[in-house]
Amino acid sequence: MAASSERSPPPFPDSEEPELLEDSDEGADAFTGTSISEMDSPSPDSTRPPKDIFNEPPEDIFSDPLSNINSEPQKKVDAKIPSPSSDEAVDLFSDPLDDDSEVMSSPEVQNPMPDLLNEPVEAPKSDVLGEPPVSSVKKAASSEMFGDDDDDEDLFKEPPKVVTKKPQPSGPPVDVFTEVKSDVKVKPQVKDDPTDLFAEEALTAPAPKPSAGSSSSRTNGVHSEEQDLFSEATVELSLDSPRNDRKNKDAVKPSVSAPAAPVASSSSKAPSKTLKELEEEESEDKFDLNISITNPEKVGDGMNAYMAYKVSTQTSLTMFRSKTFTVRRRFSDFLGLFEKLSEKHSQNGYLIPPPPEKSILGMTKVKVGKEDPSSAEFVERRRAALERYLQRVVSHPSLLQDPDVREFLEKEELPRAVSTQALSGAGFLKMLNKATDAVSKMTIKMNEQDVWFDEKIQDVENEEQHLRKLHVMVESLVNHRKELSGNTAVFAKSVAMLGSSEDNTALSRALSQLAEVEDRIEQLHQEQASNDFFTFSELLADYIRLLGAVRGCFDQRMKAWQRWQDAENMLQKKREAEAKLLWANKPDKLQQAKDEITEWEAKVTQYEREFERISATVRKEVIRFDKEKARDFNRQVIKYLESLLHSQQQLIKYWDAFLPEAKAIV
Amino acid sequence: MMSNLDINFFFEDFRLNAYILNVDLQTDATLQVDISDALSERDKVKFTVHTKSTLPNFKQNEFSVVRQHEEFIWLHDSFVENEEYAGYIIPPSPPRPDFDASREKLQKLGEGEGSMTKEEFTKMKQELEAEYLAIFKKTVAMHEVFLCRVAAHPVLRKDLNFHVFLEYNQDLSVRGKNKKEKLEDFFKNVVKSADGVLVAGVKDVDDFFEHEKTFLLEYHNRVKDSSAKSDRMIRSHKSAADDINRIASTLYTLGTQDSTDLCKFFLKVSELFEKTRKIEARVAADEDLKLADLLKYYLRESQAAKDLLYRRGRALVDYENANKALDKARAKNKDVLQAETTQQVCCQKFEKISESAKQELIDFKTRRVAAFRKNLVELAELELKHAKGNLQLLQSCLGVLKGDT
Repeated sequence: MAASSERSPPPFPDSEEPELLEDSDEGADAFTGTSISEMDSPSPDSTRPPKDIFNEPPEDIFSDPLSNINSEPQKKVDAKIPSPSSDEAVDLFSDPLDDDSEVMSSPEVQNPMPDLLNEPVEAPKSDVLGEPPVSSVKKAASSEMFGDDDDDEDLFKEPPKVVTKKPQPSGPPVDVFTEVKSDVKVKPQVKDDPTDLFAEEALTAPAPKPSAGSSSSRTNGVHSEEQDLFSEATVELSLDSPRNDRKNKDAVKPSVSAPAAPVASSSSKAPSKTLKELEEEESEDKFDLNISITNPEKVGDGMNAYMAYKVSTQTSLTMFRSKTFTVRRRFSDFLGLFEKLSEKHSQNGYLIPPPPEKSILGMTKVKVGKEDPSSAEFVERRRAALERYLQRVVSHPSLLQDPDVREFLEKEELPRAVSTQALSGAGFLKMLNKATDAVSKMTIKMNEQDVWFDEKIQDVENEEQHLRKLHVMVESLVNHRKELSGNTAVFAKSVAMLGSSEDNTALSRALSQLAEVEDRIEQLHQEQASNDFFTFSELLADYIRLLGAVRGCFDQRMKAWQRWQDAENMLQKKREAEAKLLWANKPDKLQQAKDEITEWEAKVTQYEREFERISATVRKEVIRFDKEKARDFNRQVIKYLESLLHSQQQLIKYWDAFLPEAKAIV
Repeated sequence: MMSNLDINFFFEDFRLNAYILNVDLQTDATLQVDISDALSERDKVKFTVHTKSTLPNFKQNEFSVVRQHEEFIWLHDSFVENEEYAGYIIPPSPPRPDFDASREKLQKLGEGEGSMTKEEFTKMKQELEAEYLAIFKKTVAMHEVFLCRVAAHPVLRKDLNFHVFLEYNQDLSVRGKNKKEKLEDFFKNVVKSADGVLVAGVKDVDDFFEHEKTFLLEYHNRVKDSSAKSDRMIRSHKSAADDINRIASTLYTLGTQDSTDLCKFFLKVSELFEKTRKIEARVAADEDLKLADLLKYYLRESQAAKDLLYRRGRALVDYENANKALDKARAKNKDVLQAETTQQVCCQKFEKISESAKQELIDFKTRRVAAFRKNLVELAELELKHAKGNLQLLQSCLGVLKGDT
């Protein structure tokens, strides 16, 4: 796991920091484990496992009092908006958020806070349990967070959504996870054992204190399930904020939590219901399912050889049979998955992430060649691309639910995907289909009613064009950088030779030092070239493919529109026919015509509804895509710039070491 | 179109801050030469050679003349052809000004104007202008170095041709070599290099020269190799910088598509790349100036030193042949006097060359070490400066990106 995250650009923020990840593993398991069991069976029995994990009191106990406090840290989070001092605070609000919801929630939430804080401390048991205001306040707070009550309920009625809901805020940032874990631990330990390691954390996070007093109240099970869940979710959110301070002090890498933070915050503030739902689902999937592809292995010999990849999944989702599992898949299996998904979902307007292209040339090289660097690079490139592809698939809320995806991840043996054979008959047919599609696309003149779509389609086309251009340039940079690296190596050798023939000792020494510096710089250029490629160029290649898929979505929508329009026309014709029959006075055929009209009327309504549905889906998909794109670019480009930064630091080091050598020439 | 692309416009009365690029030369107040001005015309560069001198054979203490590249070459050749100077390292002649590549690019840019945006065009143009300017400065510096070396040389500075070159304020009406002369030169070179191999094979009686000979032979080849390799390295560095430049402009266009957050992000990154590519291009230019030019200069200088050794070797072979001839003549007792005179002349010539050559070669080494020291130190300092500049840009940009995204 850790190894894989080193080798490939980690698409999940938590894999960015392997250490932290390991650290959080138990915490994550423990935590999500609890939540799932809670949700599956509300009986007190099921809360045992967490009890074991946390030595003593189950976390529901805390969650309740914490939920009282949740209002407070939430306020904190809100208050942070203007302050750019903490990295996270700023990150949190980078997403375009509806200000209204924030404004609404923060003042109201503030009010109940003091009461809530004080009450449990004074009368821990009875007050919390007995007083209805507490729960109502909580409800209010929760409903504010999520926009409206209906929505809230919706979320909790559906089991899969509940699952998603819960770990969502806890899932994203690894930091949050570990923090939450430790904070949770604090509570029992503060009570039982004052000389505990985490005492300091307890101090920095004032929130848990009152909870300790009222912890027993929860065991009575007064609170309903959903409130409970809810409070937990918010607790995690809130714990986030005291952490800020500490984190700044400790100077823990802010980059790790940066990408995660917006997710946590946006879920509480998303302006519209759909958007918010989208984000919740999305963030959950993303962070509760960790997929890595490792160990590319050549299977077989000669032209029948193929590469098999190890697909490891780590998840806490209940839909899977276990938490970690591994299967071996070959490239065509990945393509097969894509085919299946496209068949099922693309007509609904879903954005199916496209897999990397088949490369006959590259693969042939791998098949034939032994161990040469270009084929190793090819395999690594494909491995990373497949990993990103799978991660994109599972991060799609609807695709994750697809049985084929589950099968792909879990099932030992998959039926061989046939239709993906390179240049097979099926492939040829597909190409033909695409060609006819393209022709029909040209002929369909859609009269676009929706301004949003009109603009978006235009934007996507422009963007794709520019990204292509950019991609070409980055590729050229990669090549030039490689060339530079090669030339630097040659120059280094040449300078070393020059140094050996120089008869002034000091100058000879300086020249051989220069050769060494150039040698190191060559390495640096080499590394930078691969960073250019894997971090920057591949990102662009991915998004060029993805934008193609987005256009595919638009095409699907257009097709649906076309169907609707055709049906309208047909209905029109039938009506005319009826009118003719009426006029011609042919009652025998009239009934048939009328039947047909009703039939077509039904079809028109159906197609219209379909079109509206697909429009809504596409719109949602595109919004989701835009968000992911922004996040991906942000993360990858920052990573890329960091690699550049590293290169420059190394350069400084090398030349710094060389300077005294040059000065020593006499 | 071509009028505003005319290369002359940005060199109108271009004043060059004279700088010595490669060699540390001890200057002496009695004769100081520099190039105070240079003017680039379509196919030639006019250098204004400025002289300050207290030597009595000049009419004035300070004067300037306008010279062209061909006149520099004439001066150099007159040194080489002068038997008197056979014992000295003749300062290498400056390379011909070569603006063809730059001009060609400019031409291409003019043709491609329609196919690019206005920003791209201005950017490309600025770049080419900068490139042209760099070549121009280098050309001027090379010519100046040649004059300074001559002026600092204890013997060559007294040369009459040199004084004419400095003082005569009319065109020297030297012409380029015609085809026949070029052919002659070519044959001369072939004969010389064949002879050089022959001469080099002769074992030297003097250990110092024997050592210098092997050293220079090897050194010259290696410095030639290094010079070519450094050129290639710098060229790919420049291409990489160009790529970054183009990436910056594409990111800019991406960023101006609309006003989403991602676009602001693109704009920011574009701005960063725009700045870093400037630094990257500076790195390449400085490597060119401090490293490649140094190597190139010593490629020519070591060639000049080799030539000196060849002349000495030739004189040695002549001397030995004259000895043999004298022995023969004595044995036959025929033409003894004539052989004796020849032997005397050869002996004198050889000894004279050996005497000055030793000092010249020692000086060459001192100059070389000093020049390498100066340039390598400057190179390291510039590399450090640029890397630090880059680092700072990246840090601040990362700060902004992490801060408000």
